[in-house]
Amino acid sequence: MTPLPRWADVVLLPLLNVVLAFLVGGLIVLAVGQNPLQAVGIMLYGAFGYGSGFGYTLYYTTDFIFAGLAVSLAYHAGLFNIGPEGQAYVGGLGVILIGLALNGTHWAIVFPLMIICGGAFGALWAFVPGYLQAKRGSHVVITTILFNFIATSMMGFLISRVLKPAGVNSDESAPLEAITRVPQLRTFIELFKNSPVNLTFFLAIIALVFIYWLIWRTKFGYAVRALGQNPVAANYAGISNQKMIMIVMAMSGVLAAMVAVNNVGGVQGRLILNFVNGAGFVGIAVAFMGRGHPVGVGLSALLFGILYQGGQELAFQMPGITREMIVTIQALVILFTGAMGDMLRAPLARLLTRSEPATGAK
Amino acid sequence: MESYLVDITLILDSTVRLAVPLILACLAGLYSERAGIVDIGLEGKLLAGAFAAAAMSAVTGSAWLGLLAGIGAALIFSGIHGLASINFKGNQTISGVALNFLAAGLTTFLGQSWFKRGGYTPQLSGDQRFNPITLPFANELREVPVIGQIYYELISGHNIITYVAFIAVPVTAWVLFRTRFGLRLRAVGENPKAIDTAGISVTRLRYQALIITAVLVGIGGAYLSIAQSAGFNNNMSAGRGYIALAALIFAKWRPGPALLVCLMFGFLDAVQFRIQGQVFPIIGEVPVQAIQALPYILTVILLAGFIGRAVAPKASGIPYTKER
Repeated sequence: MTPLPRWADVVLLPLLNVVLAFLVGGLIVLAVGQNPLQAVGIMLYGAFGYGSGFGYTLYYTTDFIFAGLAVSLAYHAGLFNIGPEGQAYVGGLGVILIGLALNGTHWAIVFPLMIICGGAFGALWAFVPGYLQAKRGSHVVITTILFNFIATSMMGFLISRVLKPAGVNSDESAPLEAITRVPQLRTFIELFKNSPVNLTFFLAIIALVFIYWLIWRTKFGYAVRALGQNPVAANYAGISNQKMIMIVMAMSGVLAAMVAVNNVGGVQGRLILNFVNGAGFVGIAVAFMGRGHPVGVGLSALLFGILYQGGQELAFQMPGITREMIVTIQALVILFTGAMGDMLRAPLARLLTRSEPATGAK
Repeated sequence: MESYLVDITLILDSTVRLAVPLILACLAGLYSERAGIVDIGLEGKLLAGAFAAAAMSAVTGSAWLGLLAGIGAALIFSGIHGLASINFKGNQTISGVALNFLAAGLTTFLGQSWFKRGGYTPQLSGDQRFNPITLPFANELREVPVIGQIYYELISGHNIITYVAFIAVPVTAWVLFRTRFGLRLRAVGENPKAIDTAGISVTRLRYQALIITAVLVGIGGAYLSIAQSAGFNNNMSAGRGYIALAALIFAKWRPGPALLVCLMFGFLDAVQFRIQGQVFPIIGEVPVQAIQALPYILTVILLAGFIGRAVAPKASGIPYTKER
């Protein structure tokens, strides 16, 4: 089969897949008797039209960048980490523990410690499946799914039985004091009104740049990609596959845990049940849509941020549409960009080579 | 003494009830994984089946049509999975994950659009559900101590799907290990090239496996919404598809052990309700969450190779490409 020209492979094909996913999504909306174009209009207004809406969009984007990077980094090493949801949840434990231990201390000191401590907990939760994959050969896909469930039970127990202060009815930890919380951007920029976007957003941007540098500009990143493309060759070249798998999984867990810094440290200021709320799973869609490249991940995270915030608005304005439509879109994106990503490759190659007779002359 | 017996019978009775969807989903997964197709999407199919069954039953008033709709929904999902993983040779895990989200999103979305009850389908009653069947002589034998009681409580009084699930286990064992189709199915999961060389279509065999998978898991979904409960509610599969997957690994892809593991996981589920808040001698109070997590923890330990070794069918997860 003729390979696609680079620009078509990198830009056109992914774009077509995304368009396809949204077209099918639009058809579903149409099928239940709603106007998909009107829906898109409302969503865009909800996501950008006013200050706090925009702030919420960026808040969601922050979560999705971290989760998307977590899935991407592992995927570059050939590992499908389905566990950012659980890793972020357990990361929340690290964030709240350090936060409560230093409650009342200025955020400038606590924020970096939250990153380290939360990251360590998330890393641990991803390291174990990594270790089991590397040393015992149990598949990381299955173990990360199982670890999501184990995290739900474990955290449920810890929050409702251990962290819950006496005399509180709802299942949540004690709150952090205002000065300890990661400051929200509205304290500096009035535009964001009462939206929860906080300093963690900039951490997400830094993470994007860092992961780009790590994967494409360092020896370590080269080893990661070698492992992902051809583990046998990587091993032959002297890379310890086992060690790499464990390190990459742990790093993936650190990235996932930053979702907890955003939510526990910056938004709720306490540990509540199921605070991750699916953000870890959105990361899977974001990673595939963005093809694991930080630029793509950033853009797809923004798109999903728009979908989530806009979807909120949509549920308000069009009673026939619930927020779950967004989950459907998310599924279609994973399906078309991830599982069926090469469906259009052959027809596209035929189409492009026909218009360039020079390459088809052989 | 007498009350202990009643207690145990009741726990075993709910064990059976809770194990049924697991058994069906687990056998479903067994067919597709034996044929070399990884099915992370069991959860989604279970959910889609449950929704379609409840919706159809609510509209037509017939549980049987509901069951058909449940199977139909699972078939559509299986079809997408087959298209992605057999025809387009895509990543089966990703396709399964996508299907799980698709089911979660679509069932709530369509449920709200069609029934406007916050994702719930209308309450079902009478012929809209599969009701308990009283086996012959159950009432007569009820007074007979122990055996009569067990027969009345445990064996009689379930709905038809429960019996189907239990019959499906020996049938699956027979199909898999005693028929030509079963031999080919196992072969295509271990070494599709051999099957291809023998002049048998890999694609066709794998689609056949996916169809059986869909039928079984569709029945499992219908069980959830129109047999066990009286209607669909949001995310009612609640991870059972994943537990079934864990059970499948635990059973090392064999039907007999699959039944036992599903019953064990069902038992854990049943016990969980009973021990809430109870204090035991020596160990004290057992947190519910510990029991909830137990099936997953056990599976992790098994996967790590500390209690036996779980080896998947060799070609599992790998799309088959014919040589040119």
